[in-house]
Amino acid sequence: MPQPITPSAPLLRACQLNVRIGGKPILEDIHLALHREEIVTLIGPNGSGKSTLVKALVGAIKPTSGRVEIDADLRIGYVPQRLHLDPTLPITVSRFMNLPRRHRREDVHQALSNAGVETLHNAAMSQLSGGQLQRVLLARALINRPDILILDEATQGLDHRGIADFYQKIEEVRQSYRCAILMVSHDLHVVMRTADHVLCLNGRICCEGKPERVASSPDYQALFGEQTAQMLALYRHHHEEVADAG
Amino acid sequence: MLDDFMWRATLAGLFVALAAAPLGCFVVWRRMAYFGDATAHAAILGVALALVFNLSMFAGVLMVALTMASCVTLLSGRGYAMDTLLGVMAHSALAIGLVAVSFISGVRIDLSAYLFGDILAVGKDDLWVIGGGTLMVLTLLGWRWSALLTATLSDELAHASGIQPRREQLVLTLSLAVVVAVALKVVGVLLIAALLIIPAATARPFCRTPEMMALVAAGIAALAVTSGLKAAYLFDTPTGPTIVTLAAGFFLLSTIAMQGVRYLR
Repeated sequence: MPQPITPSAPLLRACQLNVRIGGKPILEDIHLALHREEIVTLIGPNGSGKSTLVKALVGAIKPTSGRVEIDADLRIGYVPQRLHLDPTLPITVSRFMNLPRRHRREDVHQALSNAGVETLHNAAMSQLSGGQLQRVLLARALINRPDILILDEATQGLDHRGIADFYQKIEEVRQSYRCAILMVSHDLHVVMRTADHVLCLNGRICCEGKPERVASSPDYQALFGEQTAQMLALYRHHHEEVADAG
Repeated sequence: MLDDFMWRATLAGLFVALAAAPLGCFVVWRRMAYFGDATAHAAILGVALALVFNLSMFAGVLMVALTMASCVTLLSGRGYAMDTLLGVMAHSALAIGLVAVSFISGVRIDLSAYLFGDILAVGKDDLWVIGGGTLMVLTLLGWRWSALLTATLSDELAHASGIQPRREQLVLTLSLAVVVAVALKVVGVLLIAALLIIPAATARPFCRTPEMMALVAAGIAALAVTSGLKAAYLFDTPTGPTIVTLAAGFFLLSTIAMQGVRYLR
């Protein structure tokens, strides 16, 4: 498959993005770029506009000013925060995978198996556990072979084991699909391990850069306080271990 | 065949059942039951308008139902809780409609025909209108089915797939107005919502996919209409309410069967 995109050109770019809802500024002056095979993570306290930014990027919210540039040929896979399934709506995993467009059986199977849930093909969506549901959502996002994968706090409600497994899958997905990944996350310790670039959001981008840089920035520590100091210690510890081993 | 009033009634009932059942599924899935009620109740205002301006009943009702449904859609998410808003609008529309009808002098009209339906009085012209409306609703729903379903599951997933949830909402609003307009003659404004919701709710325990649920709901609605017509004829009861009573009976059976299955497991 030819890959005409040069490594330096971003797949997705947001310029001077502003979003106001009901006159209230939610996002101010957001700049963001996402490159192929890069994992960018959005962190920030509750109400800092993380989900709003994701919605603006996928087109669910129109920005008040500024723009989002995505090449029209690019395919976007989106994993929502969670899915509220009304119990009155009966639907199987395979039917859900074929919405809104039908896909070939092999493609559905491939996506499910890449997300680690190939055995759930005929299961009812309402019977899935939280972790299974998130993986089915991931599988559905993968079915178009996305160039950009966007995940909005996709691990909410999962236990530690579930979170670790899920991120392991994401790492595999990045390698097998060569896609760019943008995710919103609360799991600071996982973010520090998996992200290439971290954006710390609080209405505006208050700091960004490599995970270790963000973790040691005073803005970040002011936002996350106590938790940060521990996380940073953990992070350094982890890295020293790696250094020792190498 | 169409010269027999019983055949005309059966056909009209089946048409309405076919249109109402799949739409009713969306009404249930999206928790729009009260929305359906409000639109249906507003229809009586349409009846009054049609009589005053000498319009066709179908046009009058369609117009008012559309206005009502659009008002509710526009007002939703503007500060009022949805159930309060719909409670206000549904009953106001019904009351205003009844008052408006009473102002019309000269014609003595049988109000109960509009409130509870008058399926046995369906004429050949009515049959054309009902058939056309049904065809329109089924075409619209069939065309937008996947998009509607995606938007019902999640607004954000819909956006990410290039679907505009608000536009799909409009499809439902339009279909609802048409179903109300064609069902008026069959079950009347007070019972239209029942024909939307009961077959869908009855079908739910037996289905694994949305398509299956729409089909089973249509079957149950058709059964309620045909058996209701027969029962009303045998026992000399009002037809519309008899149809809904039978549908309610099916719902009860389905619920009991479901509980039984769960118990046995």
